[in-house]
Amino acid sequence: MVETVKIIRFHAEKCRGHYDCEKACSQVQFGDDTGGDHSAIRIVKSNGGFSMVNCDQCGLCIDVCPVQALKRLPSGVVTVNKELCIGCMSCVAFCPVDGMRRAKGMVYPHKCISCGACVRACPEGALELVEVPISEVERVVYYHQGVCD
Amino acid sequence: MSEECLNHAETARTIGRGNGPFITGNTERTHDIDRLRSGHKVLAEYTFERKPVKRGYAGRILYVNLTDLEIREIPLTSDVKEKFTGGKGFGLKMTWDLMGPDTRWNDPENILALNSGPLNGTTQYSGMGKCLSTTVSPSTNIICDSNAGGYFAPYLKFSGFDSLILQGKAREDILVFIDGTAGKVTIETAPYEETNSHLLSEQLTYMYAAEDSESARQKVAVVSAGKGSENSYWGILNISFYDPRRRVTRMKQHGRGGLGTVFRDKKLKALVARIEGFNGMTNDPQDIDRITETGIKHNREIRDLDMHENNMRTVGTGNLVEIMDAYDLLPTENYRFGSFPKASRIYSTRFYKRFTQGIPDGCWYGCNIACSKAVDGFVLRTGPYKGERVTVDGPEYETIGGGANMSVWDVDWILEFNFYCDTYGLDTISTATAIAFYMEMYEYGILNKERCDGLELCFGNAEAVLEFLHRIASGDRSEFIQVASKGVRRMKDHLIAKGWGDPDLIENCGMEVKGLEYSEYVCKESLAQQGGYALASKGPQHDEAWLIFMDMVNNQIPTFKDKAEALHYFPIWRTWFAIVGLCKLPWNDIVPADNASTDEPAKIPEHVRNYAEIMSGILGREITPQDLMDQSERVYNWQRAMNVWMGKGRRKDDIPPYRSMGPVTEMEYLSRKDRYDNQLKELVGISPEELSSMSVADRIRVLREHRYEEYNKLVDAVYYRRGWTPNGVPSPKKMRELGFSDEKEMLEMLQKAIDDDDAAGLNVWGGSYGEGDEIPCDDPRYWE
Repeated sequence: MVETVKIIRFHAEKCRGHYDCEKACSQVQFGDDTGGDHSAIRIVKSNGGFSMVNCDQCGLCIDVCPVQALKRLPSGVVTVNKELCIGCMSCVAFCPVDGMRRAKGMVYPHKCISCGACVRACPEGALELVEVPISEVERVVYYHQGVCD
Repeated sequence: MSEECLNHAETARTIGRGNGPFITGNTERTHDIDRLRSGHKVLAEYTFERKPVKRGYAGRILYVNLTDLEIREIPLTSDVKEKFTGGKGFGLKMTWDLMGPDTRWNDPENILALNSGPLNGTTQYSGMGKCLSTTVSPSTNIICDSNAGGYFAPYLKFSGFDSLILQGKAREDILVFIDGTAGKVTIETAPYEETNSHLLSEQLTYMYAAEDSESARQKVAVVSAGKGSENSYWGILNISFYDPRRRVTRMKQHGRGGLGTVFRDKKLKALVARIEGFNGMTNDPQDIDRITETGIKHNREIRDLDMHENNMRTVGTGNLVEIMDAYDLLPTENYRFGSFPKASRIYSTRFYKRFTQGIPDGCWYGCNIACSKAVDGFVLRTGPYKGERVTVDGPEYETIGGGANMSVWDVDWILEFNFYCDTYGLDTISTATAIAFYMEMYEYGILNKERCDGLELCFGNAEAVLEFLHRIASGDRSEFIQVASKGVRRMKDHLIAKGWGDPDLIENCGMEVKGLEYSEYVCKESLAQQGGYALASKGPQHDEAWLIFMDMVNNQIPTFKDKAEALHYFPIWRTWFAIVGLCKLPWNDIVPADNASTDEPAKIPEHVRNYAEIMSGILGREITPQDLMDQSERVYNWQRAMNVWMGKGRRKDDIPPYRSMGPVTEMEYLSRKDRYDNQLKELVGISPEELSSMSVADRIRVLREHRYEEYNKLVDAVYYRRGWTPNGVPSPKKMRELGFSDEKEMLEMLQKAIDDDDAAGLNVWGGSYGEGDEIPCDDPRYWE
């Protein structure tokens, strides 16, 4: 039974918009440092500061995937198995926080695997890898939508 | 209600906690695959070169002749691609090329074609896995076309073929195996497998999976029929899609008009396609970003809006039941009424509780409309599988509507009916519509227990309905079963020939046009839908023109001209899905939030643009929404021309029975007396005094004359708008405009038909036009 999962926590007040986290992430995901759509974590300008868009490991995508390519590992982290994935991007469309991402030209999606590369790359300490109980993040909503008797 | 049925959980069952399989609670079955396989003898084998799909097309058609065991490839020419696009367009073209006009459903020459289409097999947009099939129908003696999801069409294409053409008749039960992993097609005997689909598709999925894994079973697609298909004109084809969460070989059905009947007549037990693997690039789109971004945008609409619009993801098309009931459109007691006090017992809320929720129920990968709902662990109460727990695929709206039509107001009996129709390979629509007709005849004493060979077919007798199905499937030879299993048209002839009732009443009540039974909508008050049904190429099916909502619920097409325009645009637009290999539901069962404020909300312009985007992205050249219409209009007219060729493409073949147009009986009239009385006053111009002196029979007669007159005027306007003669024949001029200048044989055939009609004085308007009436066209020879 998976009980905890590591997620990335963002401290907005510390972020200065270096985007080093995105570059580090795209190294992990694509082996380059372009950041942007090659990164699973995204930093966006908002209200004069910055906010983070990233997977919170809620696992909604697991139930949307038609080929069971998305799984929650024993570590609690949700991952894409590219051997099984058929590139329908349903997970990208259905993710409520835009944490499942697709890069231009790519057949498969990518997402945060809580590896902590972004945390290590941030010079301001704006990112933190924290372990939380699964029950705090897990969401299952694809039933009971709008129907009442 | 029996003991067992009370066992069903009354609350929704859901999954959704990650990795494990869902426990269906079904009866576990083991199949001795080695023994089954030992009966297989390879009768013919063909090796083909494995080639990738290029920009949506495999570029080859697979031809299999079951009589002389010939297997060969037919190259797809650019001319055929350009003129017929794909899907049923290819099926119709191959049928025209390889078959004569007098071919009947059970002649060896009859062609059964299963087709994909250039957009088919795409995973990035919802609803892209439909199989489009055509054959000569036993019910209508013209081409019937039907479509279903499941994995077969995409796997056929990924194996290397855009279409599969089956001709001839085998001598013993066989299957055709298309092995995309090895580049091989075999015809094999299959003596030991079950015939009924829920077992057969499971056996073959396990037998042909490359290994014992969920993933391998997902790469196998099985097409099968059943014992009901063998013994009726309502045969359908089930297409499998292995559900890895339920670990059940599930099925989608197609076959209005008798595809399965032809399939079993050819001694086909199954078709199997197997592939190595695929992803969003297997269809070789030129611009993956273009199609993926369009798909994500559309899937987000589904995510955000479905729960506020149609609830397709939780109850499927069953969401329509309560709407149809509210608008007096839900067929009850053989279309006599459009609503019923007990109808709430079969509203989608009742089925919601039975459907297992939380499983991505798309019948093709990436479809998030996901309307293929299923009830798991359902305990069967009758028949050969009595006592077993099974997964029931569906029911969809049409099946529930069929229940209403038979006055069966019970979720469990509708599920039982659905399950047995599917596994026996019976079309739930034709079966229910026909039974509803037999029940009405039973009520009038035209049929009775003796004439029904012991069946008490009164409205609401679900046990008799199931008994009827079991007797069909068992090959019962009694006279009633033999006639009844051939459908409404044959039963009408039988009842009239026996002299058991008023021929006029029998003709008016039996809901068929061209020999095909109606699907499940009451269209008495919708002139546009009357036309939508009776003018449909294959017979009265809603997939060609589902205008009832537009006409009755939204009142978007009030005038003749509006209706004629709708009957031009929508059948052509809806046909487009059948030539590219798609499902229509993602087009109009979810609409953008701002759709109502667009110029033409009924067309859902944003979604039409989506399809042009996707087609451009796949083919690698710019396609506009108008191009989509042009592609489709060619095929639409070609099919009508083939109806003419086969002897059924004239006005006389497009006339509906009066039950679909108005009240046949006094009871129906009186049940909606205010409505009809008002219409006589307001539309026919009868004064209140005159009306009060008229008997109900007179009122029915006058209303009927008025409605047929309106109908004929509508047909005039539609034929004219479509470029057809006043007798319904596509003119050679129109066909040339569409690009068929080189199809000399087709043009000559049409010209001869028009000349024959001229000689018989049939090229005249059907409506009578007085002074001040607008006729569709001033030129009496407009088609020349």
